[in-house]
Amino acid sequence: MMIDVGRMMLEILPEIGLLILIGVVLVLDLFWRKSRKKLGWVSFAGLLLIFVLTLVFVQPARLPQLTWGGMISLDMTGYIFRMIFIAGAALTVLYAIANDSLAGRGEFYLLLLTSTLGMCFMASAADLIMLFLAIETTTVPLFVLAGFLTRDQKSVESGIKYLLFAAMTSAVMLYGFTWLYGFSGTTQLYQIAERLKYGFVPQAAVVAAMMLVLVGFGFKISAVPFHFWAPDVYDGAPYPVAGFLSTASKAAGFAVLARALFVIFPLQTETWTLIVALLSTASMFVGNLLALAQKNIKRLLAYSSIAQAGYILIGVAADSPLGTSGVIYYLSAYLLTNLAAFGIVALVGRAVGSDEISAYAGLSRRSPALALAMLVVMLSLGGIPPFAGFIGKLLVFAAAIERGLIWLAILGVINTIVALFYYLTVLKVIYLYRSEEEDKPLAVSSAAGTALVICIVGIIALGVVIAPLYGWSTDAAATLLFLPR
Amino acid sequence: MIPLSWFLTFSAALFCIGLFGVLARKNAVAILMGLELMLNAVNINLLAFWCYLYGKDLSALVFVAIVFVAAAAETAVGLALIISAYRARNTAVADELNLLKG
Repeated sequence: MMIDVGRMMLEILPEIGLLILIGVVLVLDLFWRKSRKKLGWVSFAGLLLIFVLTLVFVQPARLPQLTWGGMISLDMTGYIFRMIFIAGAALTVLYAIANDSLAGRGEFYLLLLTSTLGMCFMASAADLIMLFLAIETTTVPLFVLAGFLTRDQKSVESGIKYLLFAAMTSAVMLYGFTWLYGFSGTTQLYQIAERLKYGFVPQAAVVAAMMLVLVGFGFKISAVPFHFWAPDVYDGAPYPVAGFLSTASKAAGFAVLARALFVIFPLQTETWTLIVALLSTASMFVGNLLALAQKNIKRLLAYSSIAQAGYILIGVAADSPLGTSGVIYYLSAYLLTNLAAFGIVALVGRAVGSDEISAYAGLSRRSPALALAMLVVMLSLGGIPPFAGFIGKLLVFAAAIERGLIWLAILGVINTIVALFYYLTVLKVIYLYRSEEEDKPLAVSSAAGTALVICIVGIIALGVVIAPLYGWSTDAAATLLFLPR
Repeated sequence: MIPLSWFLTFSAALFCIGLFGVLARKNAVAILMGLELMLNAVNINLLAFWCYLYGKDLSALVFVAIVFVAAAAETAVGLALIISAYRARNTAVADELNLLKG
């Protein structure tokens, strides 16, 4: 059998690019002792280059194919999620440049890029071994990133909490993986599905293994009841890391969740759609009701992100092409929105020295631009047109109704209304409340400004020009439900 | 010969003991030890299935090796974070790490 190394390399071009970039950052960190701040711009330029190269050279096959010995599935889903992760990492790098305690630390960018590399593999892994390795490559750097500010005990504590939760849930998930291996004798996702179909394994046993696996994925997407880590970790971790955790890491979790459920468990569809629908309901209610009581903006965003995971799960529960494309659209919109939210919170938090919502009083007078950006972000999170969040919600609710899950769509709409209350409360503080310091302008560095402009333009663009991304997501959804050869 | 089910029962028991340790222990180092037990249960499960049912397929061995490596990496990072917290606060008890709540 001839192996075309060049073609195989091209297929994982983004991952190879990230690996080279990691090496470059590592070496430059050693030699640029005086000007480490430039490392951030090197990482950003590298990520941008990888993004463009991937767009130009890597064309996903119409029909999914397995490469690298069945380890990786080359399809539209993997492709689109890679783009999401790389974009998320690039924006996070910009926020890190604007953050004085992170900007001069080469290892920050190194760990961030390594984590992104893991996510890229997560999105296209087609083998249990590859999947596990990719998940670990993603999470182990994230532990360090969450606990990055060793002088700040809140950061260290959030690192420990994240590690303990992540390690426990990933051990439970692995135990589920071993049972899947035991039932089928293979670690290849597509072969597992085939052998489970013709094997003599009782359904109850397969469902039990599926529950174990869902624990690990539920943690990654911070769905209730695996959400306890999220508020504490977002609160303690450095701002850019909290943003990255709540967006790219969550998107990676959804990528593997969807692939695992669609590919390995097509026969248990009735069971898992019910489980996912219940997880979704619980996440929406718990996230939104607890968010109502929050006084701290980081914790409010954490509970809101739990609730958002609930809305996205509606798309998964629908188990249809429309639902899956809704999930992808929602995740892209959510990535831009929440990264912008954490960017603004970082700027205000460092200027005011507090993350309390009351500290946002008078922001509209201190910095009209930031206040306006927050308005866009909060309305997009709340699902108001013409912003991206609205289209995401529309697609997942439509998918639920199309598949007869009308109760789930109704619960989703009720929760959207509840959520609007606390999003609008933040806006009320920003626009209507006065503060004594409102004549002091708020400085926005060029890096953070660039990132915010990209995010806000993206939010409005995704909310107005729907067709391109929707077309991509539909293609991705179609390939996810296809069996590769 | 020992039947396969004995191994699976043993591994399930080990997994439950590890999970209990993780959930019930207060000291962060002890929690990490519980995690090691859970991962060992995973490895026993994999090796038992491999040895009894799928001897020709090598992927289980690769899987076990990778689980070892990942477990070592997780523990290394975990201990580093715990030491960093211990230096500042003289405690490694998870309940006393309570700056973040609400």
